[in-house]
Amino acid sequence: MNIKELEKKANEIRKDVVKMLLEAKSGHSAGSLGMADVFTALYFGDIMKYDSKKLDWEERDRVVLSNAHICPVWYATMAHAGYFSIKELKTLRKLGSNLQGHPDRFKLPGIETSGGSLGQGLSIACGMAYSFNKLDKKDNWVWALTSDGEHDEGQMWEAAMFAGKNKLFNITQIMDRNNIQIDGYTEDVMPLEPLREKYEAFNWHVLDVDGHNIEEIIDACNKSKAIFEKPTLIIAHTIPGKGVDFIEWEYSWHGKAPCAEEAEKALDCLRTLDGKIKSEHK
Amino acid sequence: MEKLKVNINKIMNLSKDLYNKEKLEQKPTRDGYGYGLVELGKKNENIVVLGADLTGSTRCDWFKKEFPDRFIQVGIAEQNMICVAVGLALSGKVPFASTYSVFCPGRNWDQIRISVAYNKVNVKFTGAHAGVSVGADGATHQGLEDIAITRCLPNITVLAPCDMIETQKATIAAGEMQGPVYLRFAREATPVFTTNKTPFEIGKAKVFREGKDASIIACGPTVHEALLAANELEKEGISVEVVNNHTIKPIDEKTIIETAKKTGAVVTAEDHQIMGGMGSAVAEVLGKNQPTPIEMIGVQDRFGESGETDELMKEFGLIAVNIKEAVKKVIKRK
Repeated sequence: MNIKELEKKANEIRKDVVKMLLEAKSGHSAGSLGMADVFTALYFGDIMKYDSKKLDWEERDRVVLSNAHICPVWYATMAHAGYFSIKELKTLRKLGSNLQGHPDRFKLPGIETSGGSLGQGLSIACGMAYSFNKLDKKDNWVWALTSDGEHDEGQMWEAAMFAGKNKLFNITQIMDRNNIQIDGYTEDVMPLEPLREKYEAFNWHVLDVDGHNIEEIIDACNKSKAIFEKPTLIIAHTIPGKGVDFIEWEYSWHGKAPCAEEAEKALDCLRTLDGKIKSEHK
Repeated sequence: MEKLKVNINKIMNLSKDLYNKEKLEQKPTRDGYGYGLVELGKKNENIVVLGADLTGSTRCDWFKKEFPDRFIQVGIAEQNMICVAVGLALSGKVPFASTYSVFCPGRNWDQIRISVAYNKVNVKFTGAHAGVSVGADGATHQGLEDIAITRCLPNITVLAPCDMIETQKATIAAGEMQGPVYLRFAREATPVFTTNKTPFEIGKAKVFREGKDASIIACGPTVHEALLAANELEKEGISVEVVNNHTIKPIDEKTIIETAKKTGAVVTAEDHQIMGGMGSAVAEVLGKNQPTPIEMIGVQDRFGESGETDELMKEFGLIAVNIKEAVKKVIKRK
């Protein structure tokens, strides 16, 4: 896919996120919309090794979504990537659904690890990366998706130390730096900056990208694969709720789903957006 | 009666000096973990051990010496340790995350709940230094709640072996089964009264001594105190059955119901809080299936404290003489 097509794909994924959340009547809108470009880049930008029809393929890369509450965007991306039907997206959060409120690896094949409690995913990614790199001498790559807010958890820094100590270069962490969490702006709730310097002090290589510029995201992901003897953190600067004007930057939308009227307005926004996200942001 | 006792000992192959505490070798259960890990490591190259700056006192250093490439030092970071273990397990390894029970499952319980239990991964985690028997370190380092907080989690197997040899067997059995396992063991040397020939199977409680007036259901090194109590009581004409209930989850309902049916009175005994512990698990089984009077030996809703192990076991009422009293009391309630 060329960049234009990728941007269109991200827009389709955003629309599905809105429809899913409307149907579910609950869920996390802001983070899911904000990460649509990153997920699109990962799954459709020729970055990751995966085969949605061969889930136990040994050479596949691993994805760990640590801030698991934004799984609607992951589910939508996976459906577009052929893991399951797009129709199934409507079952999100319903009784008996494969699409649990937070991902369950037994219900949804293709998910590598169940999760939901913040702060744990980076450690799990470290275990995977250690196993591939140190024990089995294999090339599998581990993509750890995290949020800025979950860096309030001490365990994130335990994991950061562990990855630095063991030079786990086969981890790329992509942090959703959207500056919000449930109670407000991250820097008000618990200041995180300077994130770059903190991670560098933990022996990570750090890249900053515009989290809505798919070209930049792909470029950074490829660069991360060339970094020698250091894990890489890509700080993806995103706008929470990106693409839907009345959700953007509103931390009240962190854990909320749109009602029918709001969803209609959101879909309207997205219909007229088509491919504009990058140019608008630059 | 004498004949009956001899028969069961033959099947269980317990030490011939079972009731002679002076003659029995004294070894800490954690040694069994150390031996078990090395044995497992030789058999299976996927066995990996994680340590959190307590490598020596959990006996992981024995594994580390044999297999340095398969030992992972995580530092004093139990939350990270257990989740790194999860990642290793998801990549086909069989990790043993090892530290004290107050830290694991104490400090990292949420990680165990979500990333281990809900995720149903093949992670083994151990709580060394469980019980007031830890001694001089005092309350902060005496794990008294670990059984309660692990057995309430779906998918987890909870084991509390009774001596060094059984701990070795439990470690190996844990490494050979699929799924999350919590292994509890103690710091102090305690009598080694089982033998290599004593049967061990996860999920199967074992009758170590037969009797008809009351049953003692115990786990961990307290099983030996229970046997001593039963032996003393026999001299007073009271016939007591002793069950080694090493698997707290999944609990062996059948054996527990059978012994309760047979004797009509039960004493549970463990070096753990009474609330939520092994005795509570037994009470849940009996209350539902075979209502029976129960007396419980364990820590009675208080924290531990510093002292010599022997002094503490006496102070907290966890020794044979306390068990004896409980048996007499429960028989009166029949």
